[in-house]
Amino acid sequence: MIHDAKLSAELAAGTKPTLDNVSRRGILGGAGALVLALSLRPARADETQTKEQKEQKFGADGMPHGWRDDPKVFVAIAPDGTVTVTNHRSDMGQGIRTSVAFTVADELEADWSKVKVVQAWGDETRFGNQDTDGSRSTRHFFQHFRHAGAAARLMLIQAAAKQWGVPVTEVTAVNHTLTHAKSGRTLGYGAVAQAAAELPVPTDVKLKDPKDFRYIGTGKIGLIDNVDITTGKAIYGLDTKLDGMLYAVVARPAVYGGTVKSFDDSEAKKVPGVVKIFKIDATPIPTEFMPLGGVAVVAKNTWAALKARDALKITWDDGPNAGYDTDAFRKELEAAARKPGKVVRTQGDVDGALAKAKTKVQAEYFVPHLAQAPMEPPAAVARVKDGFCEAWACVQGPQAANDRLMKALKLPDDKVKVNVTLLGGGFGRKSKPDYVVEAALCSQAVGGAPVKLAWTREDDLHHGFYHTISVEHLEAGLDEKGMPVAWLHRSVAPTIGSIFAPDPKHELPFELGMGLVNTPLNIPNMRLENPEAAAHVRVGWFRSVSNIPHAFAIQSFVSELAHAAGREPKEYLLDLIGPDRKISPTEIGDVWNYGEDPKRYPIETGRLRGVIEAAAKGAGWGREMPKGSGLGVAGHYSFVTYTAVAAEVEVDDKGQVKVKAIDIAVDCGPQVNPERIRSQMEGAVVMGMGLALTSEITFKQGRAVQNNFDGYEVLRIDAAPKVVRVHLVPSGNWDGPLGGVGEPGVPPVAPAIANAIFAATGRRVRQLPIRDQLSA
Amino acid sequence: MIKLTVNGAARSFDGDPDMPLLWYLRDELGLTGTKFGCGVSLCGACTIHLGGAATRACITPVSAAAGQEVVTIEGLSPDGNHPVQVAWREQNVAQCGFCQCGQIMQAAALLKDTPKPTDEDIDTTMSGNICRCGTYPRIRTAIHQAAGQTAPATKGERL
Repeated sequence: MIHDAKLSAELAAGTKPTLDNVSRRGILGGAGALVLALSLRPARADETQTKEQKEQKFGADGMPHGWRDDPKVFVAIAPDGTVTVTNHRSDMGQGIRTSVAFTVADELEADWSKVKVVQAWGDETRFGNQDTDGSRSTRHFFQHFRHAGAAARLMLIQAAAKQWGVPVTEVTAVNHTLTHAKSGRTLGYGAVAQAAAELPVPTDVKLKDPKDFRYIGTGKIGLIDNVDITTGKAIYGLDTKLDGMLYAVVARPAVYGGTVKSFDDSEAKKVPGVVKIFKIDATPIPTEFMPLGGVAVVAKNTWAALKARDALKITWDDGPNAGYDTDAFRKELEAAARKPGKVVRTQGDVDGALAKAKTKVQAEYFVPHLAQAPMEPPAAVARVKDGFCEAWACVQGPQAANDRLMKALKLPDDKVKVNVTLLGGGFGRKSKPDYVVEAALCSQAVGGAPVKLAWTREDDLHHGFYHTISVEHLEAGLDEKGMPVAWLHRSVAPTIGSIFAPDPKHELPFELGMGLVNTPLNIPNMRLENPEAAAHVRVGWFRSVSNIPHAFAIQSFVSELAHAAGREPKEYLLDLIGPDRKISPTEIGDVWNYGEDPKRYPIETGRLRGVIEAAAKGAGWGREMPKGSGLGVAGHYSFVTYTAVAAEVEVDDKGQVKVKAIDIAVDCGPQVNPERIRSQMEGAVVMGMGLALTSEITFKQGRAVQNNFDGYEVLRIDAAPKVVRVHLVPSGNWDGPLGGVGEPGVPPVAPAIANAIFAATGRRVRQLPIRDQLSA
Repeated sequence: MIKLTVNGAARSFDGDPDMPLLWYLRDELGLTGTKFGCGVSLCGACTIHLGGAATRACITPVSAAAGQEVVTIEGLSPDGNHPVQVAWREQNVAQCGFCQCGQIMQAAALLKDTPKPTDEDIDTTMSGNICRCGTYPRIRTAIHQAAGQTAPATKGERL
């Protein structure tokens, strides 16, 4: 994080810094810091693309601003040899700061102890796409960063060869040292960095042979921020300190779309330390990422701001969503799910096959609203002074924050700067920078003093961007052998699109593409529908997003069909997935495919089968289970990665569920950082268990009912399984397609637990959270 | 005027005596290692040591710390190498890391009282500390390691 007073003074004067002056002043600390000029070439996509596909952009290139093919932005080497890698992706616990740095370092043949990482500010023109969501960072940028490191290494070699007057082929670069073996001469990287920077950029950069990887794929690199994190020095959104900083909280409308009618701040003003109380105008529905409005309190410390907020007397107009009641709304969703809706994928004749089927099975599944509830609630520091806004914030999308600040403050791009701190969790919440705008409005209202704006946990749960609420209605017809010949799935859920457009009613392609239209089951007659649903809250991304309800429903229903067919559930699931094959996402109606090239990223059923087998094997599938205990399995394809979970549960006489062990298997293609893949899977198990067992946001009279972690129960350590085994399933080679890691672990957890409960008790759970459903 | 000791330094405070220690430490002293997560003693992110005992700073008024010794994550060890901190790093416990200061302070207090905790001891004492990233399996392992009784993680699994 760059908290440099002098630099900030320049910013206040309207100068947007270049990396060079940031590096010299803030990072490398000397005038001689060099920035290597490198030309980066992304890995070539499959050469077998059609003309149409070649015109369509995928991966990083398909995202806004893609990849900035300018190495000055990402790699710097100082005269003392220190390598500084600029990471443009937000780190919210996935470890991307570490992975980006060691990826460059490996190809550069850098000594890891001499590598630093600095965080890019929000500027996609400069850095390329910074939206840290969709499990994309390693998937989109690993090869780019490899090329950056490799090109830098070649330039160092060329510079050394030139200095020594020897052929380039006789010079090696190993672990921060350039060597000419014939003459026994050596040089450090810093000694030739300047000369290297003056060389023409090599056009033919050779990547390392993966067998020579020093850091990539080893899983042996500790977190680059480990010391700061464990000593309290790490700076999160809530931790930025600036001279003269004030502290703010906002009283927001309890109902989405509500507005302040009037307010009385006479008591609030009496709280010692209060500096300013003012109204923030409400953003009309759809609010997009802009603030909900309300009454802001700015004070000399957080405590004074909180006390004064409590003393405000505000009269609200609750607006159109004042009647929102999730119990009633669930019935609306169920009614919609029982009638035909918009067809989003169809093959064969479902109605005909259903009519002729020997056995029919029907079930409905429910998943409630959820709150991301990152341990660090939304927080930001902003200073709006002399026509310049600078912010320091825990944001997943700093460019998004930058753009909303421009809009709110009516400032041009070069008068806004968003610095990215560490994120104390994100899970999708921090993709929406409403809180950064609130901080800026507070600073503006007090004449330019920096203001730290904090959300309390109650704010977070009451005014969130919630995971949608959904009903999944499934029907299947089975033949004489018990295999489905017809499959009907109606998925009903308010769409994330509702925060961008008024009342869109239907889910967007990316939501339908999260485990609905791309269901890779081998069934001749299938029809998938998306009936209408309206939104009454801000619906937003929650880790794994629509994959959660889709996987819960589909993987539970397959287990129900197995039971109806009298079959063993894992074998039945594998039979339904069918033989190993590559399914074209496009051909089954998934036009999105997580933004990846459908040729390079087909759905590979063999890989899905592979993770199911690995998880089941890990759990000792088929072993005799004591009474009240059971094993359940579920597999899912999401974020172009394959995951499966085998859960072992125990249900006691009172219906209390205990998850004793989880085996989770993942096939994400090349494993760049196996250590963090494991930790992401472990974490996904815990988050998946939380939403399976206890977490739920409900609404009454338009208001979220849960206030804090007493009502919104997330998993605690005493409920975490004693055994969590992560199975990393190898696949392909280093040229193979990379899959996502941050999100794919979550979706199979809940259905695996539900299936295990059925195995243990014969009772089927069809709604989340499970809570005490089995006590009745 | 409230007088107290924070990480070995004498401090005095003449503001609102009801101000929670959390905001005093963070806003007045700039000790931001003590985190805000819930404000009502439900998550443990603000755990500090007050008079040697693990305490939630978010519900403890400054006045309750008068004349006492407060230790925050910044003062847990002079060089940042308390056995719990070392174990946390070696196990790469953290994901986002936000809750980990509170986890470490709670774990350090646990080991002081119970030098060789069982998994059940850990679950009981640590269940007030939420980690939304889900690092619980590693927290257990790291506490055992800090207690000198680590069962090292085996290949392919992390018990």
